[in-house]
Amino acid sequence: MIHRQTLSQLAAALRARKVSSVELVRAFLARIEASQPALNAFVSITAEQALAQAEAADRALAAGRGGPLEGVPIGHKDLFCTAGVRTTCGSRMLENFISPYDATVVARLRSAGAVMLGKLNMDEFAMGSSNETSYFGPVRNPWNAALVPGGSSGGSAAAVAARLVPAATATDTGGSIRQPAAFCGITGIKPTYGRVSRYGMIAFASSLDQGGVLAASAEDAARLLREMAGFDPRDSTSVDTPVPDYPAGLDAPLAGVKIGLLKEFFDTGLEPEYERCVREALAVYERLGATLREVSLPNIPLSVPVYYVVAPAECSSNLARYDGVRFGHRCAEARDLQDLYKRSRSEGFGVEVKRRIMTGTYVLSAGYYDAYYLKAQRVRRLISADFERGFGEVDLLVGPTTPSVAFALGAKTADPITMYLNDIYTISANLAGLPAMSIPCGFAGGLPAGLQIIGPHFAEQRLLHAAHRYQLETDWHLRIPEQYA
Amino acid sequence: MISGRIPAAPELPMALTRKQVENIAHLARLELEAGEIPQFQQSLSRIVDFIGELERADTAGVAPMAHPLPGLTQRLRPDEVTERDEHELYQRNAPQVASGLYLVPKVIE
Repeated sequence: MIHRQTLSQLAAALRARKVSSVELVRAFLARIEASQPALNAFVSITAEQALAQAEAADRALAAGRGGPLEGVPIGHKDLFCTAGVRTTCGSRMLENFISPYDATVVARLRSAGAVMLGKLNMDEFAMGSSNETSYFGPVRNPWNAALVPGGSSGGSAAAVAARLVPAATATDTGGSIRQPAAFCGITGIKPTYGRVSRYGMIAFASSLDQGGVLAASAEDAARLLREMAGFDPRDSTSVDTPVPDYPAGLDAPLAGVKIGLLKEFFDTGLEPEYERCVREALAVYERLGATLREVSLPNIPLSVPVYYVVAPAECSSNLARYDGVRFGHRCAEARDLQDLYKRSRSEGFGVEVKRRIMTGTYVLSAGYYDAYYLKAQRVRRLISADFERGFGEVDLLVGPTTPSVAFALGAKTADPITMYLNDIYTISANLAGLPAMSIPCGFAGGLPAGLQIIGPHFAEQRLLHAAHRYQLETDWHLRIPEQYA
Repeated sequence: MISGRIPAAPELPMALTRKQVENIAHLARLELEAGEIPQFQQSLSRIVDFIGELERADTAGVAPMAHPLPGLTQRLRPDEVTERDEHELYQRNAPQVASGLYLVPKVIE
């Protein structure tokens, strides 16, 4: 079955002309259509453009041309702008927004030959950890439709887990790639801040947002990331350092790598079954010749409160642009300019987005700025310094990706703090700008568990290498939910 | 004060008053329906209590960190025109446009 093949295998089969891009695109489009009522992973399906692009890819391949991903189908999180294609960010605010330009990530993947099948559902403006805040309805977990897929990149994760696409783009501000990767049993990488261009990524929290990949394996993630990463003059925070050839050297031995167990990640609230999966994964690393030691980063427990000051503060200023004037939702019959702003925004944004805008407005307001915003930025430095110290002792830090496996729809919507604590293990990497991955490491109570691997700045290759070596020893990443197998 | 009544259980004080929530909404240019306000008052108060935890961190002498990569400074580009005028393309997404101008309700009476 063609959908069971990895992106790396599909790219090779296309190049060898064992399969055509049109065949692949048709096969995956059929899977997407069939899955929509159950999973709701896509906001838009771009079948016509995809088939036209696939035909062009087949012509290029026939002529012995084409990029490294020529003809390979993928999906984009609906947060990446796609020229001429609706880009909603999961919000009513942008329900009818047709982007006039492509995000750099989208343009790069297209020029590498990848074929976009559609735009993937997500939490509204990437604010959520369960995909329940999307204006276009929740996405469901392919392992059990009563459960959430995680968020905010829930559509991307569900689509890859159900093999509706071999891989998808995603973004991660506080765990939005890694947490859904863990919940859906797939591989996800959030690169170093500045590694992947944010140009054309709809902004949520600009000092934390980073684009990355959800895929079936570390090898697949490496292939996509190689095409996505790199300097972009259009993003002033893009970093101008060379992009390594990520897929090269993945097979090298792991012996001698020093792995630190992040003590604080095992201290509180971790489900025992989940912990067992993580500990078993660590035993695999020991067999591979890695050395393990416990590392304590004492300021890590403050990550979540720091995040819920910094992220809403940046969100409140980024989302000030939605004013009903230049683009986005506009209310009917505004009495005056104030009324236009207020009603357009109130109608266009959902409850969670409003809550974060108001939290941010509060922490930035006169009299509270020092107590909350500056204080959070100081603690952010302490967390960052903890990591720096940690990476003086070890090459990689590991722990669970989430405190529990996927939960039921509606289980955590009543209290925002309960939902926010879902990202307790993922947020710190964003605060420190570090690259981090989640890879499948077993099943707890029949549901996927994720192993999180964090590295120093720009150590993506080290992460991918460690993940790949683990995936050569285990087959968790190859498990597909029965219904989609 | 003498009273035969049993005093009501004291409600947990909320970090934010209704008035504060209304003021925050106004600053954020959001219009909340009267019925929504208690819900936002409650959840925002929870969040304010939660982030209040930061108070106990010792940050004496620690500089605020605004950017996640150490030592990175804002890049400047040469002051040259690099973009074409594409206002027609961009204004296709505008709710109301006339003669290349964005229309809004009258501002000056």
